[in-house]
Amino acid sequence: MRGASGMNKLRASVLMRHEVGLHARPSVKLTKLAKAFASRIDLGLSPDGPWVDAKSIVKVMATKAPKDSTIYFRAEGTDAKAALEALVTLVDGDFQDGR
Amino acid sequence: MSRNVGIVIVSHSADVARGTALMVEQMVGREVPLGWCGGDPGGGLGTSVEAIMRAIEQAWSESGVAILVDLGGAETNSEMAIEMLPEERRDRVVVCNAPVVEGAVMAATEAASGATLEAVRRTAEELTPV
Repeated sequence: MRGASGMNKLRASVLMRHEVGLHARPSVKLTKLAKAFASRIDLGLSPDGPWVDAKSIVKVMATKAPKDSTIYFRAEGTDAKAALEALVTLVDGDFQDGR
Repeated sequence: MSRNVGIVIVSHSADVARGTALMVEQMVGREVPLGWCGGDPGGGLGTSVEAIMRAIEQAWSESGVAILVDLGGAETNSEMAIEMLPEERRDRVVVCNAPVVEGAVMAATEAASGATLEAVRRTAEELTPV
């Protein structure tokens, strides 16, 4: 897990070890959590994108990120830091608790 | 906070409808009002306007209700059920042009965040193959 800020966007990344990858249930949990924050949050599978809206269930699920992918987040907004921390914790914790 | 948009699942098969509702409950949670119906009263395949109206009542939310349907009659009977609703409710119920199972999960995920009926419908319909 690492975090760094560049321009106005905060960034974070986390290795996903969940057995099935970013499939249906993990995607739903991730999207629901992202939607709990006001910040704009993007998700990508490489540090340079391409980026998708982490609050869009359809786009998140369509990334089909497999096990052992590194998930990259970037966020912009008043609660960006808290959002990234929560999302990294969710992925790092194997999606155990998305509520 | 106003109530989340409700989701109604209408399938020709009671098993498909029930199974889809279970997927929504287990994947998304119970914070989205949910109704479902499927099959004809004799236990065969089919849909009924009365059952759809009951399902809409069950899932009713002041924010509106999004209906996911499987094939032909499910859609026409859903539209008929909407027409038979009290006038003040009719404008707050939409049939989504989306696959029933996937659409229900996606729509419910969107609805769980307190999204508007239009946003819920858009999310479900984003799935429609191009």
